[in-house]
Amino acid sequence: MRREFRDALRDPLIDNNPIGLQVLGICSALAVTTQLSTAFVMCVSVLGVLTASSLAVSLLRQRIPSSIRIITQLTIIASLVIITDQILKAYVYEISLKLSVFVGLIITNCIVMGRAEAFAMQNPPALSVLDAVGNALGYSLVLLVVAFVRELLGSGSVAGITVLRTVSDGGWYVPNGLMMLAPAAFLLIGCFIWVVRSIRPEQVEEVYHVGALPEPGYEGDLR
Amino acid sequence: MRHSVRYTILFATALCAVCSILVSATAVALRERQQENKLLDQRRNVLRAVGLLAVGERLPREEIERRFSENFEVRAVHLESGRYADEVDPRVYDQRRARSDPQSSRAAPENPAKVRRLPDVALVYLQTRDARVEAIVLPVEGMGLWSTLYGYLALSGDARTIRGIAFYEHGETPGLGGEVDNPRWRARWPGRLAFDESWEPRIAVAKGRVGPPEQDPYRVDGLSGSTLTSNGVTNLVQFWLGDHGFGSYLERYRREGEI
Repeated sequence: MRREFRDALRDPLIDNNPIGLQVLGICSALAVTTQLSTAFVMCVSVLGVLTASSLAVSLLRQRIPSSIRIITQLTIIASLVIITDQILKAYVYEISLKLSVFVGLIITNCIVMGRAEAFAMQNPPALSVLDAVGNALGYSLVLLVVAFVRELLGSGSVAGITVLRTVSDGGWYVPNGLMMLAPAAFLLIGCFIWVVRSIRPEQVEEVYHVGALPEPGYEGDLR
Repeated sequence: MRHSVRYTILFATALCAVCSILVSATAVALRERQQENKLLDQRRNVLRAVGLLAVGERLPREEIERRFSENFEVRAVHLESGRYADEVDPRVYDQRRARSDPQSSRAAPENPAKVRRLPDVALVYLQTRDARVEAIVLPVEGMGLWSTLYGYLALSGDARTIRGIAFYEHGETPGLGGEVDNPRWRARWPGRLAFDESWEPRIAVAKGRVGPPEQDPYRVDGLSGSTLTSNGVTNLVQFWLGDHGFGSYLERYRREGEI
């Protein structure tokens, strides 16, 4: 039982990272990672929404009629997201302006619904909460790494503190404009996945061809 | 697990009721704080436009309130007639909301700044000292390359010399058009003239080298690599200084003095 709890929390960090392995939640990873501060607030928001939604879904899992389970999960998630958005507007107004629609788009973040449907519907509350926290941290890890690199190379600062003085401020550093655009996040996430899969080759998908039959004796899954 | 139709409907109803209560309770409980934040943010931006608040300067709420109320008086203005709209309480007036409400706005004529709707009443911020107007801060907005830019343009008491400009919301390309936020670029505005001798809006963001204000009073050095954002800034500044924007207000102000 101990082990189960530990794995639920630790697995999604590297071994089963929602962005790295499952490639979910990319949309917000592109949008809010030009600065560490916005990425951090986004991570906290996702952590809050994911934990609360997994807890709620897990508590209700035996009462949710299966015919309307998806819309039930969505209603719970949407309500939590609206509440989060309201809280951000009340307490960190300037950052909420920068995050704008992306807080609302947590509703469509596949990680949140993915964990509700795939995990919280089948598991007791405590385990579901740990799984949610683990996944949110896995998501945060990638977001913060990407945001760190993008902010450093794109505007020469870390968390708003100037590290490399840019030319437009009278320094020497010519900021890399690409880092401020969404494709940079793709490149960085690609590099992240590459590094992780070089260290953990078991994450690399089997090569298969559409329509091909498994070799005799092949015991893996056909995707 | 199979559930009856009756149970399913009851469950859905209960879920919706609980969720809507939670959502509306949060919205109501936090509304006051959110409105305060909005007002404070507005004030911060006005202070930035006249240079009373540096970029990145973080001040506690009270200090911003103090600087604002010591310096500024907010007035509502009928855009068409240029008269003060004393029936409007500027403390609660939301110009952006009024602009999208057909009851309190009208369609704007075709214009290069691509402003679609004009509010009937707009806010102006008057910086006064010893009953004399030192600066008039006007809210401005218009299309850049990708996005609508929102900001404030500050004129000196003569309603002609520019005191400063600051944008608080836009989605221009960071590093290129996004440099409208750059303090070094914004420092090129003060001292230049918004209107020419016949009071036509004349100030424009230009390509190429531009001299100091004494030599080149009507041109501001453009942002390199962002011609379209620069043109957008020219268009929006000229639109709001013109007849459809604050033109009639500024004319009345020049004729009659501050009140």
